Amino acid sequence: MDLSLSTRTVGDRTVVEVGGEIDVYTAPKLREQLVELVNEGHYHLIVDMEGVDFLDSTGLGVLVGGLKRVRAHEGSLRLVCNQERILKIFRITGLTKVFPIHSSVDEAVAATD
Amino acid sequence: MATVELRFSALPEHVRTARLVAAAVARRAGVDESVLDEVRLAVGEACSRAVGLHRRSGIDDAVRVTLVEQEKRFLIEVGDGVPGTAGTENGSSRAIDGASGEDAAEAAMGLAVISGLVDDLDIGSDENGGVVRMSWPVAVHPVLP
Repeated sequence: MDLSLSTRTVGDRTVVEVGGEIDVYTAPKLREQLVELVNEGHYHLIVDMEGVDFLDSTGLGVLVGGLKRVRAHEGSLRLVCNQERILKIFRITGLTKVFPIHSSVDEAVAATD
Repeated sequence: MATVELRFSALPEHVRTARLVAAAVARRAGVDESVLDEVRLAVGEACSRAVGLHRRSGIDDAVRVTLVEQEKRFLIEVGDGVPGTAGTENGSSRAIDGASGEDAAEAAMGLAVISGLVDDLDIGSDENGGVVRMSWPVAVHPVLP
């Protein structure tokens, strides 16, 4: 399964809906998307991972890279994820302390720093 | 003798194939359904790491994945062709040092994920290069077709 990406704007937030598998092969596509959004001036990103079937460390690296880029512009990167197998990867790497993780896009949109 | 052996060109697009094969063989060997996701992820991480090492070192050799069904354990070995890149802290950091910033972060995170997932883990080497060895318990009555 390949990676699917779509973006939409909700208020001042940009939601990136990700589907499929994020791994060493597909992660560069997600990286390109995040870099492009930041270059276009979208600094408040919400990455919706509800449609993600698989995430590995390459994907984590891309998300951390995205976070660094938006923070350079005083932006934010929030995740939406309810899947235990995906959340587990954030937990074992300690990244739950780095990313705000929400249970819905609405919750992420409503959140403030 | 290995139950299944897989050799693939060190290209990112083949890592998914290795994950799927490993999970399928592990399921058949009787590895519990609840840990198959861990097997899939750990094998993917080890293969991604090996692919990265081969590409950064300019090595054309295949990445080797060996799946061995033992009486009580299911053993997976992922071997790279880069001598001296695994087995020691020094070796691991040397492999990471050779990478660019984001590659280095991903390589370090890959090892962190494997370490967090696998209880029985050994990062060593053989005559070809580094080898990541991992094993999981199997059920007493394996699943038969």
